Amino acid sequence: MSDDIVNIEVDGKPVEGRRGQMVIEVTDHVGAYVPRFCYHEKLSIAANCRMCLVDIEGAPKPIPACAQPIAEGMKIFTKSPRAISAQKATMEFLLINHPLDCPICDQGGECELQDLAMGYGRDVSRYNDGKRVVKDKDIGPLVSTDMTRCIHCTRCVRFGDEVQGKPQLGTIERGENVKISTYVEENVDHELSANIIDLCPVGALNNKPYRYSARAWEMEQRATISPHDCVGSNLYAHVLRGTVKRIVPRDNESINETWISDRDRFSYEAIYSAERLQTPRLKENGEWRDIDWADALSLAAEVLSAADSDKTGIIASPNMTVEEAYLLSQLASHLGTNNLDHRIARRDTSNQDADPVYEGLGCSIEALESQGAILVAGSNIRNEAPIIAHRLRKASLQGAKVSFANASEYEYFFDVADYISGNGLVSLLAGIAVAAADGKDMHASVASICKDVTASDADKRIAASLADADDALLLLGNIAGRHAAYSAVRALAAVIGELTGAKVGSITEGANSAGASLAGLLPHRQAAGAARKEAGLDVAAMLEGELESIMLVNVEPDSDIHASSDAVRKLSEQKHVIALTSYISEGLLEAADLLLPIGTFAETSGTYVNVAGTWQSFSGVANPVGEARPCWKVLRVLGNLTDAEGFDFVSSEEILSTARESLSDTAAGYYDAASVVAKPNGADAPDQEIDTPLYSVDSMVRRAHALQQTLSAKRIADER
Amino acid sequence: MSQFSSYVKTFALWELLKGLSVTLRQFFKKSVTLEYPEEKTPQSHRFRGLHALRRYPNGEERCIACKLCEAVCPALAITIESEVSDDGTRRTARYDIDLFKCIYCGFCEEACPVDAIVETRIHEYHMEKPGENIMTKDKLLAVGDKYDAMISADKAADAKYR
Repeated sequence: MSDDIVNIEVDGKPVEGRRGQMVIEVTDHVGAYVPRFCYHEKLSIAANCRMCLVDIEGAPKPIPACAQPIAEGMKIFTKSPRAISAQKATMEFLLINHPLDCPICDQGGECELQDLAMGYGRDVSRYNDGKRVVKDKDIGPLVSTDMTRCIHCTRCVRFGDEVQGKPQLGTIERGENVKISTYVEENVDHELSANIIDLCPVGALNNKPYRYSARAWEMEQRATISPHDCVGSNLYAHVLRGTVKRIVPRDNESINETWISDRDRFSYEAIYSAERLQTPRLKENGEWRDIDWADALSLAAEVLSAADSDKTGIIASPNMTVEEAYLLSQLASHLGTNNLDHRIARRDTSNQDADPVYEGLGCSIEALESQGAILVAGSNIRNEAPIIAHRLRKASLQGAKVSFANASEYEYFFDVADYISGNGLVSLLAGIAVAAADGKDMHASVASICKDVTASDADKRIAASLADADDALLLLGNIAGRHAAYSAVRALAAVIGELTGAKVGSITEGANSAGASLAGLLPHRQAAGAARKEAGLDVAAMLEGELESIMLVNVEPDSDIHASSDAVRKLSEQKHVIALTSYISEGLLEAADLLLPIGTFAETSGTYVNVAGTWQSFSGVANPVGEARPCWKVLRVLGNLTDAEGFDFVSSEEILSTARESLSDTAAGYYDAASVVAKPNGADAPDQEIDTPLYSVDSMVRRAHALQQTLSAKRIADER
Repeated sequence: MSQFSSYVKTFALWELLKGLSVTLRQFFKKSVTLEYPEEKTPQSHRFRGLHALRRYPNGEERCIACKLCEAVCPALAITIESEVSDDGTRRTARYDIDLFKCIYCGFCEEACPVDAIVETRIHEYHMEKPGENIMTKDKLLAVGDKYDAMISADKAADAKYR
């Protein structure tokens, strides 16, 4: 539309902009840099730092570029003497109260104020009076405060209001006395709150665990991927002499935008946890002793080859990379066993043949925002995938009707259309299915469940919102995936999807459920979803059965396995348990008899497939701790020692390219209402549902010191 | 002709006498050499010798672990690890200078915002065992403590030019 195009001039060059754009957006677009502190493209406009003053022809005074919409024929000068002198004057005012403690400030070297002071500041201050001092605040274990450094850009305040939806910081008092404050003393504890560290243009809000441990210029920045949820947030690890010092977000508009969850940011502390397994260990007559790698590997290979093929089992975590999952499934087929599984949290595997190749989100992560209606069932989504929860919030702000069906109520910081709770998940979904059917005959697969169910008003509103919206989505979360009657839950979801036209998707466990499923780390499926001739044992069956050897890969039986209760005891009754693990835990010491140290995500290279089907490869960023080795190398050697064919890989890229040959063009599946059959059973009680706390999701997060100091983690610890 | 005069000079030991004349002249001049351990040449207060870390008069370490010296060092001779100290301030956990790498340029001294790292006038030192070339934080502080009076006087003498 030509009406929308506005012709302006920037520094003498003609430029086209869209109507409604601010001057600073156009100047950024054409590369004419205007200094700024309070403007941030993801936040609303405050125009309170006054640093972006530019000269506009005809205007009596310099005008802030961030708050001035462009108009036809506007002539903007970003570098004219009047613009520069206005910016220099602003800088002089900002520096009046800013302390000169750059040498001890963690922001030093990457500070927006420091950088701009080089260009716009005076050499010597003309201000001779007293400087303002503000008392520091304790806002929790994640963010350190040095409030005297604050220049009141209010980015952190706007982040709380607009992105978190939970205003935690605000300004009190006015004029020279203005302060950033939590009003009532409290912790900043939203799951995205630490993004204020990156937003703060000065050193007022900083990374507390990282405090004083390194300088910005001496670290190397290496790209990696988050291993804690199915989103696969893009990260940078900042590494000093082979040690990860901090994690910062890597922009990716289609996944995490510029935000990352606190879990992704602070879990790196666990790499250097005292509970890391440093060397291989062997249990003999109940005593643990360190052994060297060569002995450990040959012992493990001996145990694996000696066991009967159908008496060998592999239980892996859904945080394995695609490469590791591929090697595990190859190793299993070499050993002749189909007993391998990564679904350590899934209690109900009946009707698993109806599983899609891998459970996907149902749309891209970006497309969540443009849905008209979303129903989230069986999920504590702010815990499970904070970035997806953030996208849901954005969808809601754009007018989507976001509803929840869950046994317990969780807090959300946007307008929730309807929240049905109290009952078990099957009953809740049955109500919606009945409402969606609206008197028509119910699909045969769920007819028995829905027989005596009547739809409430809320059920009807939710069903109508899904049916009426152009794009509607039903998301099943981790609580649903762990439900004892998951087959019934997803049959109902499929039926609701069919009746209302909504897509059905899942929030999956771990970072790479999709990749592990694709690579064939399943008892009933080979790579790329091809059915096995004879299905092997799933996690629960392996634990119940009397196997000769079980290999645990990156699994802590005391906390990770929900598929079966009392996993530690059941494992300790098995003959041989070999555990490939990064950490020592009490459960592992009791259950296993051989421990092999493997690297965390930071020490290995690999690929994660996120819930939207995006393949993201990363390389190792840190030096291995102790004698820990990347898991794929350990598996490769185990393959060699058991004389498996084709285990001659020298890099994870080689494994990936071999794996991808068989996996290309495999898309995420949705449930097909016709193929899933629900088996109703009596396990649909609210107190049966398993929700993992925010900072307990995996072995790394559980050992990240700062995260465990947060209120939410402490509350959990107190309850135990 | 030239052939004849060189023939005469050869037999008259002319070159030898010419050389000895220099010796004879120097014999009556004032000597410029010093008897080193007992006598020493005058030093500038800006002399750049062995490094030292200084303290404030109350005994507090000056160094704040800003790592500017490490960043500016052209020979990469300085290695610093920083941490939060017990009183919450920024301090070094490790401050090592490799004297084999150091080129004594004095950039570290210039970069220091708190005058913590200095190069003293001490130039008479040696190492006997491998590893002694690394000046650790303790060694550097000990040098600073021992020669505090000299360092302070040198800093004071240079203050008006800075």
